[in-house]
Amino acid sequence: MTNNLNSFKTLRLQGVGRNFGALNVLKDLTLEVRRGEFIALLGPSGCGKSTALNCIAGLLPTTRGSIWLDERRIDTLGAEDRGFGMVFQNYALFPHMTVRQNIGFGLKMRGVAKAEAEPRIDKALATVRLESQAAKLPGQLSGGQQQRVAIARAIVVEPPLVLMDEPLSNLDAKLRLEMRQEIRRIHAGLGSVTLYVTHDQDEALSLADRIVVLRDGEIRQVGTPEDLYARPATLDVADFMGFRNRIAGVVTAQSGATVTLDVGGVALTGMTHGAVVGVGGNAVAAIRPDDMVAVGDGGDGLPAIVEAIEYRGRDYFGQARGPGDSELFFRSGVKLGIGAPVRLGAEPGKVLVFTGSST
Amino acid sequence: MSIAVDDEHISTRMRLRARGWDGVTLLILPAVALMLGLFIYPFLYGFWLSFQPKAGSLFANYARFFADPYLYETVAKTLWIAVPVTLLNLLAAIPVAFRVRLMQRQRWLTTLLVLPITLGTVLVAEGLLNYLGPQGWLNRTLMLFGIISSPVKLLHNYWGVFLSLVITGFPFTFLLTLSYVTGIDPALEQAAATLGAKAASRFRHIFLPLLVPGLAITFCLSFVQAFSVFPSAVLLGAPAGPTRVISIAAYQAAFEEYDYSLASAIAMIMGFIQLAIVGGVLALRGLFYRGPAGGGKG
Amino acid sequence: MAISAFAVSDATAAPSMAAKPLSHRLWVTAVWTLIGFFLINLIAMIAAVITSSFASRWLRSWLPEGATTKWYFSAWSEFQLDDVLVVTFQVVFAVTALSGLIGVPAAYAMARREFPGKKLIMLLFLLPMLVPPITYGIPLATVLYRSGLGGTMAGVILANLVPTVPFVILVMIPFIEQIDPKIEAAARVFGASTLRLFTSVLLPLLLPGMLAALLLVLVRTIAMFELTFLVAGPTSQTLVVALYYAVFAAGVRAVQSIDAMAVIYMAVTVVWLIIALRFVNPAQIVTRAKQTKAH
Repeated sequence: MTNNLNSFKTLRLQGVGRNFGALNVLKDLTLEVRRGEFIALLGPSGCGKSTALNCIAGLLPTTRGSIWLDERRIDTLGAEDRGFGMVFQNYALFPHMTVRQNIGFGLKMRGVAKAEAEPRIDKALATVRLESQAAKLPGQLSGGQQQRVAIARAIVVEPPLVLMDEPLSNLDAKLRLEMRQEIRRIHAGLGSVTLYVTHDQDEALSLADRIVVLRDGEIRQVGTPEDLYARPATLDVADFMGFRNRIAGVVTAQSGATVTLDVGGVALTGMTHGAVVGVGGNAVAAIRPDDMVAVGDGGDGLPAIVEAIEYRGRDYFGQARGPGDSELFFRSGVKLGIGAPVRLGAEPGKVLVFTGSST
Repeated sequence: MSIAVDDEHISTRMRLRARGWDGVTLLILPAVALMLGLFIYPFLYGFWLSFQPKAGSLFANYARFFADPYLYETVAKTLWIAVPVTLLNLLAAIPVAFRVRLMQRQRWLTTLLVLPITLGTVLVAEGLLNYLGPQGWLNRTLMLFGIISSPVKLLHNYWGVFLSLVITGFPFTFLLTLSYVTGIDPALEQAAATLGAKAASRFRHIFLPLLVPGLAITFCLSFVQAFSVFPSAVLLGAPAGPTRVISIAAYQAAFEEYDYSLASAIAMIMGFIQLAIVGGVLALRGLFYRGPAGGGKG
Repeated sequence: MAISAFAVSDATAAPSMAAKPLSHRLWVTAVWTLIGFFLINLIAMIAAVITSSFASRWLRSWLPEGATTKWYFSAWSEFQLDDVLVVTFQVVFAVTALSGLIGVPAAYAMARREFPGKKLIMLLFLLPMLVPPITYGIPLATVLYRSGLGGTMAGVILANLVPTVPFVILVMIPFIEQIDPKIEAAARVFGASTLRLFTSVLLPLLLPGMLAALLLVLVRTIAMFELTFLVAGPTSQTLVVALYYAVFAAGVRAVQSIDAMAVIYMAVTVVWLIIALRFVNPAQIVTRAKQTKAH
C-alpha cells in the first residue's frame, strides 16, 4: 500500500449524489478543487453539507457519481483506504487513549515505525500547542484543547485532504475566533486541501479561499468570499449573505446592469448580476439592513411605518412595515418614534435585483 | 416557659436539615427498613444459623459439605454448567449486538427476545420437555435433514439444562451487551476508519477496550443467574446425577431434610462462590478504562 | 509508489462502496443465521406447547391427530386454576401496590436529597437486584418460616417485595432526577401545601415513570418462581409455582393438560407484557435504569 497521495493536483467531485430511501438529500455535486485550497461548504442545517462531507470521507456510500484524486477514482474505496483526515463535530476522540495515543493512532494503523512516528507526533503536538498535555486523557481537557487534539490527530498523517465537520460549533464565541486563526495557520502549513463544513457565514467568509453554498442538496453558488458577499447569484445565497430586506416590485427600466423597479408607486434603483430582467417582469430587490438608511419623512425612498427601534451604539437599528406589508430592517442616525412614518432608501450599488417574485 | 427547650429542638432540626436529613429524606425509611428486615437480617441470620449445626461442632456443616462428595461435587457440577453457558452466551451476544446496533427497527427483535426472559425458566423448561424430546420437533427436523439417524438424547441430562440456560440466558446477555454497544459513540468508529483502521482493528483498538468494563458486568450478572439455576436443573436435567447443582442441594437440605442450618451453610457457600467470581472479574475490570464511552465531552 | 496506488484502486474498482469483501458478507450472513436459528427454536418451542395443548392425541408424528379444547377444561379443574389465579392476582397486585407505595417515596428522597450514607443505602438497594433470588431466598424462607409467615400469602408478598422495591427505586431515580426541581419550588411559591403539591404537581409528573416501573414489577412478579416457590404453602401458590409442581409430577396428569396450563400462564404473562411494552422499551426489562439514562 502506498500513502503517497500528497503529490496530487486536483480533487474532483463528478455528479456526486446520495439518497436516503426515496429522499434525495444530495443532488449532482460537481466541483473541482486545487491543491492548497481552503473550501467552505456553507449552508443551513439539513442542506446536505454533512452528507456531502461523509460521502467524500467514505463514511456514507454515494448513490451516484464519482470522486477523483487526479486520475485515481476514490469513491470505490472504504474510508480506511482513502487516507483523508477528518475532524468531527463532537471531536470523537478515543476516550481510553491519551492525547499522544490519539494523535498516533493513524500512524499506527498505517504501520509507521515507532522511531518515525514519535517525532511526527511531537511535531503535531507542537503545531496545536499541546506539548504539555500529551499524557492526559481527552476527558481531562477543555473543549478547545480537545478540538486541537482532534485536528492534530487528523493532520499528523499528512493527508491530501482534511475534512472538518462544523468543528467550532461546540466552542464558545471567544474560543471560536481563536481557533479560526489556528485552523487557517495549520492549513497554510500543511499545503493540502481543507474542506470545511459550516452553517456560519462569518466563519466561511473569514476562513475560505472559496465558498460553496449548498441548499436543498444542490450547489447554489461557488465563489470567493468577496464574490459571494458582493454578488450573490441567487436570492437564497443573498439571504445567507445577510441581505435581509426583500422588496418585490415590477421592472420599469433597465440599462446594462442598472435596473429600476416600481415598488408600490415608488422607484427603487439597483444592480443585477446575471440574468437580464425584462421590463414589465416581476423582480425582487435585496438590501442589507446596514445599507438601508432612513432618509427622513418626505425624502426620496420607500414609505414605511417604524415598528421597533433599538440603540446599537454608533447608530440605531430599526424595523418597519413597508409597501405591500413587507418587513424592512434599516439603520438610522437618529432615534425614531414607534409608529412614525419614515422613508427608507439605499444606494443603487447596494441594491441587488433578482428575477422572480418574492417569497 | 420552655423557650430554651424549643430552641434546642429547633437547632437540632436545623442541624439535621443542614446535613440533608429533613422530612423528604425520611421517605426512604420504609424501603430501608424492608431491606434490612427481609434481605440483610435473613443473610446475617442464615450466616449465624450455619454455625449452629444439628449435631457437631461450630463448623460441622461446612466440614460435612466439603467431606461429602454428594455435596461438594455440586460446586463443580454447577460451575461446569454455568461457566460454559455464560461464555457461550457472551461470545454469541457480542457479534449479534454489533449487527443489531446497525438495525433501523430493533424493537421487534428485542420484543421477541424479551419473551423467554419474561416467561421464565419454568415455562421454558416445560416447553423444552416437549420440543427437545425424542419425538419432539427438533429431533424430527434433524432426522428429516439426515443430520442424525436416531433421536439424540437432550433431556434429563447435562444438555437439557445447558440448552434451557441458553434460551433464557442468551437474550439477557444480548440485551445487556446491546445497551453497552449502543452506548459507544458511533463517531469514534468513523474517526478510527478515517484514520485508516480496518474493521478488525476498529474492534480491537476502539470497541473492545471501551466495552470491556460493560462486558465484565454482563458476564457477572449472566454468570450469577446461571450459577443459581434451579427449576430447569430439576425438570430438564438429572437432579440426582450430573445436574445436581448447588441450589438443589440447598433446597433439599431445607425442605426435604428440614435441616435449615445445613441449608443456610450451603446458601452461604453459594453466595461466597458467586461473590468470589464476581469480585475477581471486577478486579480485572479495574485494569481497564472505565470513563464515559462518548467522544470528547459527553 | 504511485503505480501501486493505481493497482489497488483497480482491484477494488466496483460500482459503489456497497460491494464489501466476501469475508465481510460471510460474517454478516453467519451472524444473521445465528439470530435466525435462535429465534426459530424459541418460536418452535412455544408453538409446540400451544399445539400440544390443543392436541387430542399426539404420539410419534409431526402434528397431532386431531384438535380439541378439552384439556383446558381438565387443566382448569385438575389444577384448581380458579383458586390459583385468584391467589396469583392477589399476590401480584399486592406486591405491585406495595412496591409503588414504598419504592416511589424512597426514590424521590434518593433523587432529591444528598445525605451522609446515601452511597451505602444505594448499595443496599442494588444488592437484591444483583444477588439471584435462590441465594437469598433460602435464608429468607428460613426466617419467614421461623416467624410463622412461611406458607402464608403475607409471607409470599413480603418475599416478593425484596427484589421489586429496589427495582422501582432504581427505575424511578433517573426519572425523578429529570423532573426540574424548580417546578416544585414554583408550586410552593404559589402557596401549594405539601399535600396539594403532591397530588396536583408531583403525582401527574411522576405518573408515566410509575406506570412503567409498576407494570414491569407486575410482569416480573407473575413470573417470579424462586422466591414464591420457597415461601409459598399449598394455599398461597401462584400460577408459575403450580406449573412447576405440575411439570415436576409429570406422568400423574396428561401432558396436554400441563401444556394447557402452560398456555394459560403464557397468556396471562404476555397480556401484561404487551401492556407494559406500550410504555417501556423492551430492553428496559433487562437493563433497568441504565437505558433511561442514555440519550
